[in-house]
Amino acid sequence: MLGVLAPWLAPHIVTQLAFLWLMILLAVTWDINGGQMGYNSFGNVFFFGLGVYACALVQRDSGLSYYPALFIGTALGGFVAALGALVLGPAILGIRGHYFAIATLGLSIVAADLASAWEYVGAASGMTVPVFPGEIGDRSRFFYYLLFALAAITFLAARALYTTRFGLAMNAIRDNEDKAEAMGLHTTRTKVFAWCVSAFFLGAAGGPVGNLVGFIDPRDLAFAGATFGVWMVLMAVLGGKGTLWGPVIGAVIFHVTQEVFWTYLLGWQRVAMGLLIVVIVVFFPTGVAGWFTRVRRRTQPVATAPAESVQ
Amino acid sequence: MTIAPLSGEGPPRAAHCAPSGGSEAAEPRAWGDHSPLLEVRNVSKRFGGVVANRDVSLDVPAGRITGLIGPNGSGKTTLFNSIAGFHPIDGGSIRFDGREISRLRTPTIARLGVVRTFQQTHVYRKMNCLQNMQISTAQAGETLLSMLRKPAPEITGHAESLLEFAGLQSKRFLPAGDLSFGQQKLLEFAMALMNGPRLLLLDEPTAGINPVLINGLVDRLKRANAELGITLLVIEHNMRVIMNLASHIYCLAHGELLAQGTPDQVRSDPRVVEAYLGGR
Repeated sequence: MLGVLAPWLAPHIVTQLAFLWLMILLAVTWDINGGQMGYNSFGNVFFFGLGVYACALVQRDSGLSYYPALFIGTALGGFVAALGALVLGPAILGIRGHYFAIATLGLSIVAADLASAWEYVGAASGMTVPVFPGEIGDRSRFFYYLLFALAAITFLAARALYTTRFGLAMNAIRDNEDKAEAMGLHTTRTKVFAWCVSAFFLGAAGGPVGNLVGFIDPRDLAFAGATFGVWMVLMAVLGGKGTLWGPVIGAVIFHVTQEVFWTYLLGWQRVAMGLLIVVIVVFFPTGVAGWFTRVRRRTQPVATAPAESVQ
Repeated sequence: MTIAPLSGEGPPRAAHCAPSGGSEAAEPRAWGDHSPLLEVRNVSKRFGGVVANRDVSLDVPAGRITGLIGPNGSGKTTLFNSIAGFHPIDGGSIRFDGREISRLRTPTIARLGVVRTFQQTHVYRKMNCLQNMQISTAQAGETLLSMLRKPAPEITGHAESLLEFAGLQSKRFLPAGDLSFGQQKLLEFAMALMNGPRLLLLDEPTAGINPVLINGLVDRLKRANAELGITLLVIEHNMRVIMNLASHIYCLAHGELLAQGTPDQVRSDPRVVEAYLGGR
């Protein structure tokens, strides 16, 4: 596929493409909670940060050689993040609506502050990761494939999840949590598990990204609420939250335009990005995927058979 | 079970509805060897200074249709919310099948087999009707692992047949939020049946429904009771409907139990008439 060949087709932008896969992963994991379950988290970057640090610590302290340490660290990052969601979930997911959003925002801010103060993880001066053993050019290609694989697995896992009854339960909680409770659904269990799934993939992505960047800053990379934390929400909403492909589309549009604006409108790139967001929110309030669905429905109207009335 | 009257005048003001004051007045009615499926005893609920329910006691015998009427603001929905565990009660006891449920959480109560519908429809608006049905199965014994599967063909088949029963078969792929209010009520009823509850609490099932459809709905309620063996407790404002449906009716006014009895007894009770029409 295109994803496999990309490093050869466009060798100069391999790192940017690796970040594209990261963006897709961020948007898809955010949408598991925000789109499908209606729990709009502004702090999911917390789990990403846990993964970044977990992997870096394994690489620094385990004494393993490069690749085993990286892979174990990546997996461990996923599990640590999922554990974080499992521990915090029951309390935080008991809060609904805007209050949930604010509580999660607080979570990522607190984590950034703690990481900036904790000497063991380098505090505010950050951490470096071990030097990649291969050649310079192979480095970005290697992490490109790692992130590509992670994003693909995340997408497939989310797609599989949405076809199950668990997926229906998540949608039910989004549409009417009172009703879901009145029908006996295990709402807390559903919410916590969904958050764990989201956290797992975010945490797993943390390790490779930390290594691709090479330097881990607590506020600018690991717990980067103002960039990754906001972007993941933005991308899912742009593409169409609550749909399978929406977050992917949103991530591609966002990342590509961001790179283009950065290249051609330097100095104005944030203004242009802001305008683009306004335009999309105004003209595509349900996201690009939602707009597609509506257009398709309009061109081939659903057969609305006359009301089969109750006799 | 404790019956602790808060006022000093003995067992609650139950059953003085029988016109000539029978001796059965002291006990909430007895149905031979049918012990009640739901026993509500002296339940009180206050919201700040407002007493929404004071000392309400009622019985819902298994296999019957019991009615609950009363003017607006008389505390009917509050009582439903108390039974379904939406809020804690301030006093009294609620027993379902002999088990105290007044301190359990809503989903737990639902998994025991007590399901309620809402006065304003509560359906999963963005999901289509079939999905609404598929996720409404009984959740007792459901594990995380069993949820991580696709809906079984039996579930889908059952969902389709219940949609047909509710007359919504042709709408099954429409989002529930696109249905009319009356159709949403029917969908909510079908979802409740999908859950296979032992006791179904229906909050004004016919409100907002086209009069032509009401007869069909009443017919379906009766069939759910007779054929599926579901016990019903129904709040209803439409007197014709409730008189036709219920075998026993309780009337609330100002949060207290005002009267109870057969439909005929309640209909002819002067206090019920006064509560509805105002003082004369």
